[in-house]
Amino acid sequence: MKARKFFPILLLLLVLIVVQQLTRLTGTAYYLTQMTMTAYYALLVIGLCLVMGYAGQISLGHAGFFAIGGYTSAVLTTFDLTPLLDKGNSAIGFLTTNGLLAERQSLYGESLLSVNPWLACVAALLLTIIIAFCIGIPVLKLKGHYLAMATLGFGIIIYRVALATEIFGGADGISAVPGFPLLPGIVVSGDFSNRVQNYYIACCLLLLGFLLLQNLIDSRVGRALRAIHGSEEAANAMGVNTARYKLYTFVVSAVFAALAGIFLTHYNGGIGPSEAGIMKSVRYVAIVAIGGMANLWGALTMAAVLNFLSLRGMFGSYDDAVFGVILIIIMLFAPQGLLRRQVWQFFKKSGSDN
Amino acid sequence: MLKIKNLEAGYGKLRVLKRISMHVNSGEIVTIIGANGAGKTTLLYTIAGIIRAGAGEISLLGKAINQISAEKIVAAGCSLVPEGRQVFATMSVRENLVLGGYVRYKKNKINIGQELQYIYDIFPVLQERENQLAGTLSGGEQQMLAMGRALMAGPKLLMLDEPSTGLAPLIVKNIFQIIQRIRAAGNTVLLIEQNAKAALAIADRGYVLETGKFILQGPAEDLLVNKDVQRAYLGREVEA
Repeated sequence: MKARKFFPILLLLLVLIVVQQLTRLTGTAYYLTQMTMTAYYALLVIGLCLVMGYAGQISLGHAGFFAIGGYTSAVLTTFDLTPLLDKGNSAIGFLTTNGLLAERQSLYGESLLSVNPWLACVAALLLTIIIAFCIGIPVLKLKGHYLAMATLGFGIIIYRVALATEIFGGADGISAVPGFPLLPGIVVSGDFSNRVQNYYIACCLLLLGFLLLQNLIDSRVGRALRAIHGSEEAANAMGVNTARYKLYTFVVSAVFAALAGIFLTHYNGGIGPSEAGIMKSVRYVAIVAIGGMANLWGALTMAAVLNFLSLRGMFGSYDDAVFGVILIIIMLFAPQGLLRRQVWQFFKKSGSDN
Repeated sequence: MLKIKNLEAGYGKLRVLKRISMHVNSGEIVTIIGANGAGKTTLLYTIAGIIRAGAGEISLLGKAINQISAEKIVAAGCSLVPEGRQVFATMSVRENLVLGGYVRYKKNKINIGQELQYIYDIFPVLQERENQLAGTLSGGEQQMLAMGRALMAGPKLLMLDEPSTGLAPLIVKNIFQIIQRIRAAGNTVLLIEQNAKAALAIADRGYVLETGKFILQGPAEDLLVNKDVQRAYLGREVEA
């Protein structure tokens, strides 16, 4: 039973390795850059899949959580603290003596002092959790369209804040974000020399997140979530604390989004307000929908394919339109998504008939 | 088992239940009959904690439950079979039942297999359909599943909200036989019905609810022959 569950994961790992080797052999290693980014976006999408597909709650604000993670990490790791240290700020002194600050060189060779990426990452995640709780508690009392509207509102607020706040760089965003040294010799950054390494870092993070969610879904918790999706009142009458489960899954998925934001920001070396945009949130929802809602594998596959195509510029300037159209078509003709179980069974059946 | 005193409840400003008092003794089948909109479902939802009581007291086994949340009431031993079944359509029959045992599984890992077998003994058809999606069952089977699911929580008091709705007479008879069997196994049953005749036939006592108040109560046999009840709910007048 256990072995069978891990078999597809191992297969996926194998596929990822084969893909990397193929790009090496065919001299198309530059694809790895988009694949790495795709993996981070996919991390967000599978998190959203937990909320939408399993707990049955829509969120049109997940780009907001992505941005909270990315921007927090970016600000903390780029903001120069040297002037504060010179002024004798005791808090900064404390951080320095405890090795929580990182020294680096600016483009012009000046010495800069800012927060250690690890500390920034933890801070960003904590901030995300706090905000997700504060937003989730009132908002998850709503259902259906109202929940969609409320989360949409949250997304817009984050977008406008990112766009209008000086410390977040306004419309330019934040650039020159340093790499994130995970372990000695392993750095999340966009350097060409690190490209293969980063491809595997992103894939590992995605696989870890996927395994975590898969275990969650197969457990008693997952059953409770699907019951909530079926009928909230009946689930409640069965003794499931629906309010708490909805909130926790919302927070977990927000953490997934923030983690994606943090890593992608370090990888890209910057973040801009478009990452917080509404169309980004719509895109994630569209991908979960086309993947089959309550289908983690579907969400993963679709996130990989569509994000990669989009990042390669296959949709040209119709990028956002493509995702909008996808969402409309899916809702009209296949509200259960394309990759739902029945479709596979249909193929299997027609295959065995022949 | 269950005691309700001066209970008031409703939706927003609308007061549906008006100072209701009732009780259910251990091992009884008690039925509440009444027309549409009388407040039957509201009463059950209030006992189950899905709707908050505005005023009054509800106690289960001597413990006040009107201030605790729905999931804790299930744990305290009071399960609801909601109106219209509300089985989880996209989950299999077995998963529905396992979910019913959710509260007990949490406390001490009960032997799910043994509990399932107990349910399958009562409802053999559920075992046949074990791996089928709940949404594909017939109405009667869904009703049985909803009852089995509620029993999985190991309730002392089982509350049934109109189990006969939309079912063929033969199935209704079957369901009511099973309710008697559940009582014989030691459960107490609070049954809400529009099908007053069938409900009173198996109940020990009954209450008649009209616009949020009990207008009549007494032993089931007495209600069954009561002229007012017959005229209003049984649809025929028995010649004296």
